[in-house]
Amino acid sequence: MLELELVEISPKKVGIIPCNGEELPEGTLTRFACRKVLDKLKPSNTVTICLPLFIAGGKEEREFAQKFPTITVDGCDKQCSRINTERLSGKPRHSIVITDLLKEHGINAPGSARTLVDMDRQTVDLVAKEIAKKVDQILAE
Amino acid sequence: MVMPCSGIGKAYGEIGRQATYALMDDLCPDRVTTTCLAKLMIGDPDAVDLIKNNEVITVDGCAHDCARKNVESTGKKVDRAVRVISAFKQHRDLKPAGVLDLGEPGYKLVKILAQDLAQGIDCPVRKED
Ligand code: SF4
Ligand code: SF4
Repeated sequence: MLELELVEISPKKVGIIPCNGEELPEGTLTRFACRKVLDKLKPSNTVTICLPLFIAGGKEEREFAQKFPTITVDGCDKQCSRINTERLSGKPRHSIVITDLLKEHGINAPGSARTLVDMDRQTVDLVAKEIAKKVDQILAE
Repeated sequence: MVMPCSGIGKAYGEIGRQATYALMDDLCPDRVTTTCLAKLMIGDPDAVDLIKNNEVITVDGCAHDCARKNVESTGKKVDRAVRVISAFKQHRDLKPAGVLDLGEPGYKLVKILAQDLAQGIDCPVRKED
């Protein structure tokens, strides 16, 4: 008789941590692009955490990047998310810096950190696709 | 300095962030500014100086109090600490539509919070609309 072993397969999750920079429009872009990946592009395969919880939270929060292969998304070259994730949680698998990405594509940053206009939606899409590509790379490993 | 908390999981973080921008741009443009909270986490000297040399109000999405704790990790005691969740409890009808897309009720809560913060720093609330 054929014996079947039941194995529960849960989808692999990738962590995404935006810097959320409040001062720069690029910081706002990290929020919108990451939320687009979390809510629309890869909802079953991604999770996030509020970055400042690495200091304000406990052991469980600081284990995030050990539990999930993680992508950090930073608004600018200060790379607050990458540095803090690496220092307090674990080495991220990929790091994206918005200012570099926009330069590479010849795109201007949004004009305001407060609100994104319609034109900025294309920029959000571009960054979100870039994050989703890295998610796929991790899932394929 | 008004420092919102960088919350990304629920709408409360975005409400605090938007209330900060409303204070900076509309209600108290000459008196309020902000900086990236995460800069404090990397010990950015300019951000730490700004925090240490100014009055600081933190606006946290939830009881984790990330903004307050991160500000206080620099050695600065905050002058006022506000939680968006507490404002929401007083206005339960104002349920935000989404995490970043707050919708009309969410923006009403932003306005209420911003006006409360403006009064707390003795900033004359301007007539709007
Ligand atoms: S990486 Fe740049 S935009 Fe993001 S929090 Fe740091 S300073 Fe602000
Ligand atoms: S206070 Fe709450 S919502 Fe804000 S960053 Fe911390 S965990 Fe996130």
